[in-house]
Parts: sequence; C-alpha cells; structure tokens
Amino acid sequence: MWRDALLVAGKDLRIEGRAKVALNQVGPYALVVLLLFGFAFDEDRPLLENAAPGLFWVAVLFSGLLAVQRSFSLESSDGAVDGLRLSRLDPAGVFLGKAAAVALQLVVLEILLTLGIVVLFHTELSGAALLAVSGVVSTVGVATAGVAYAALSMGLRVRETLLPLLLAPVLAPIVLAATEAWRSALHLSTDDGWRWLVLLGCFAAVYLAGGVLSFGSLMEET
Amino acid sequence: MRSVLAPPRRLTRALGWSALAALALNTWWGLWLSPPDVVQGQFVRMLYVHPAVATMCYAGFGLCALASVAWLLPRLRSPRWDRLAVAGAEVGAVFCAATLITGSIWGRASWGVWWTWDARLTLTAILFALSLGYLALRRAVSNPQSRAFVSSLVALLMALTVVVDHYATDWFVTLHQGETLPVPSPTVHGWQLATMLVSFFAFALVFAWLVVHRYRLEALEERYDSEAFTLALQARRSEGEGVQPPPHVVKIAPEPAGQGQDRQPVEVPSR
Repeated sequence: MWRDALLVAGKDLRIEGRAKVALNQVGPYALVVLLLFGFAFDEDRPLLENAAPGLFWVAVLFSGLLAVQRSFSLESSDGAVDGLRLSRLDPAGVFLGKAAAVALQLVVLEILLTLGIVVLFHTELSGAALLAVSGVVSTVGVATAGVAYAALSMGLRVRETLLPLLLAPVLAPIVLAATEAWRSALHLSTDDGWRWLVLLGCFAAVYLAGGVLSFGSLMEET
Repeated sequence: MRSVLAPPRRLTRALGWSALAALALNTWWGLWLSPPDVVQGQFVRMLYVHPAVATMCYAGFGLCALASVAWLLPRLRSPRWDRLAVAGAEVGAVFCAATLITGSIWGRASWGVWWTWDARLTLTAILFALSLGYLALRRAVSNPQSRAFVSSLVALLMALTVVVDHYATDWFVTLHQGETLPVPSPTVHGWQLATMLVSFFAFALVFAWLVVHRYRLEALEERYDSEAFTLALQARRSEGEGVQPPPHVVKIAPEPAGQGQDRQPVEVPSR
C-alpha cells in the first residue's frame, strides 16, 4: 500500500512539476483571495488583524478545492482513471498517494499564504509549534476529505459545481477548529489551542479512515 | 417492511387527517390554553414548535443513515432501503430548514439576534448544507446502484454530524440551552409539558405522512425510469403500424427530445 502511495504521489507531483498549475494558478488565486479580504476589511484594520486566521483558512479552503479538482481532472482526461482502475495498485495506496500529493501542494500554498497575512494583515507570528502542528493536521483533513469527495463526484457531468457544495460543509469543522487553534497560537484568543487541535485530529482521522476504506468502492462505482 | 412503507391508501389518508388534527390541537393548546412563561413571556410558545421540529430533523437524517447502512450490508441490500434513505433525507432537510427558521425567530426574541455563531446553530447549518449536498448528489448520479452507494456514504457523514450536533450543548460552551426535556425530571410542567408532548406527537405524524408519500414517489419515479423507454418504444411502434396505442402507454410515454412542440397530441379514445 505504501509503495503504491509513493508511486501515485510521485506521479501526481511530477505532472504538477511539469504543468506548474498549482504554482502559476492556484497560488496566485489564493493571494488574490487574501487581497480581496484586505479590500473588504480595509477600513477596519483591527478587525482584519483579528480575523486573519479565519481569512487564512478560508483562502486555504478555496485553494484546496481547486487543488483537489485539478488532481482528479488529470485522471478524467484520456480515460486515465480506467488505467488507474485496471492497474493492480492498492486503492488505499492510490487514495493515500493522491491525498499526499494534494497535501504537499497545500503545505507550500499555506507557507505562501502565511507570508501573505504577515505582509498584508500585519500578523505577528507566535506559537510556532501549535501553528505548525495544527497546520499539518488541518492539511491532512482537507486533502483526505477533498480526495474522497472528488472521487465520489468524479464521473459526474456536474462535478465542478457539485464538489464545492459537497465538500465545503464537510470541511467547515476543519476550518473552524484550525482557525481557533491559530487564533490561540497568535494570542488572539484565550482558548486552549491544543484542545482545538484534538478536535482537528479527530476529524482528520475520520476523513483519512473513511477515504482509505471507501476509495476502492468509489473508484468502481463512479 | 412493504406493509409499513406502502400502507393502503385509506390508512395513509387517515394518517394525514390525524396529523392535521394533532397540529390543530397543538395550535389550540399552544396559543390559547398554555399560559405565558414567567421569563420568556409569550415567546415560550415557540417551545411547542421548535424542539419537535428539530427532533423530526434528527429523525429524518437518522432514518436516512439507518436505511443507508442496511443498503450497504450485502445481505440486506434492496432498492427499498435506498428509497427509504432518500425519503428520510428529504423530509429531514425540510424539518432542518424549519428548525433553522423557527430557531432564528426564537433567537431574535430571546437573545436579540437572528443568528449567532454558537456551536449548536453552526452545526445545524452545516447539517442543512450537507443534506442539500446529499440531495444534489442523488440528482446528479443516474445509475441507481452508484447513486445508492455514494449517497449512503454521505448519509453516514450526516449521521455523524447529527450526533455531534445533538451533544454540542454538552461538549461546547453554547448560548443554546441544553436538553429541553431531560428524563426523568423535565424542566417544564403542567400545560406547557402537555402541549409540548402534543407537539412532538403532531410533528411525528406529519413526519410519518411525509416519509410514506416521499417513499411512494420514489418508487413511482423508479418505475417511470425503468418502464418509460419500453413504453415510448411501444407508443412509436403503434404509431408506425397505424394502431392506436393503449391509453396508459400514451399517458406515460415521454415525447422524444426536441420534437414535443412539433408533434400533434395523440387522440386517445375514451373508454
């Protein structure tokens, strides 16, 4: 399973490395979203600083949707998905590989967005451990839920519009918990951020387990 | 199960009239007989709508999840479970919307705002969005087998959200009150308790009536999907042979795409 996961992740990342869609399109899009938030809250500077973690994770959610859609549009073209189905790769390995590739792209994107909120929203970084751990756990949750739902809607004609509708409510608890953990790390709230991290971990574990268990059947049925 | 979900029409009609009568009784007791509350005043009358509606919302999604689990088990797999799942989800979504609306009105009266970012409220809104996604997914997948499978997975996630939503007032610090009728010592008494119990009974009847009808509708849609093509072929063949097709074929057979406006309606002789 792990070997197959590495194989699929390597394949997806090589394609991204050559096409540079994440770098040339998704990254700039995420920064534009941050800029738009800036325009929207420009007159209320303290509000912008206070809401920075939430705006950051909403930007990650939007960009994550694009990354996941891109990951499965690769498989939709030229019947590549049939090749994936007919290959003897372990479906759980395929799921983990695709999720890992999306997660890695999201981590790069999050680093870019962190620089964005520091420069644009004057966020002072603190609580590095909580920021990093909650960032990684949230990314795992976003990537696993995203890949599972993208597989679910892969064969549908309306997948571009259906996927955000299906995925956004599923990712809402992740966005909420990640925002609260980051607010705590950045001293914007008095909540215990590590408690939110436990909640994040629970959701990420459920999505990861659900994806691993159901991906094979999803690939067959859709 | 067939006898429960496909009862004789007379029984369904009786269920509908009972639901209407129970709703009327609930309205009478809730608006006239039950006294105003010491703290909430007249707004306490929302107590006779909102908790019952929210419970039916949970019941709908719970029914959907149970039916989905039954469909996922190979030994129990049957289209009936899928029909029951969609009936539960759709009725649950209607009650979820009603929960949000009635809760919002009560929130405005009690807290002074239509909406607040409380865990219970937020989770209910997420549940509603999930149910809309579930219904959209069902409309998007045409293969019945695939549709039942993917929607079952989404239904399980909705059930998980229902559990978290239900315990949100215990697990998080929320503005929303905890359990309305804690067993064995409820916090409401007298007319208020009686009216509240009537409201649960009335909305349960409405829920059952809606589920039975939605189940029937789904069965009819499935029949239409499976028989429409055959009936259309039969109708066209009859036309080609110059024979008048049987009336039920003309009624059911769909017009070919794009030709409906140019064609003359087929005259069906009355029996």
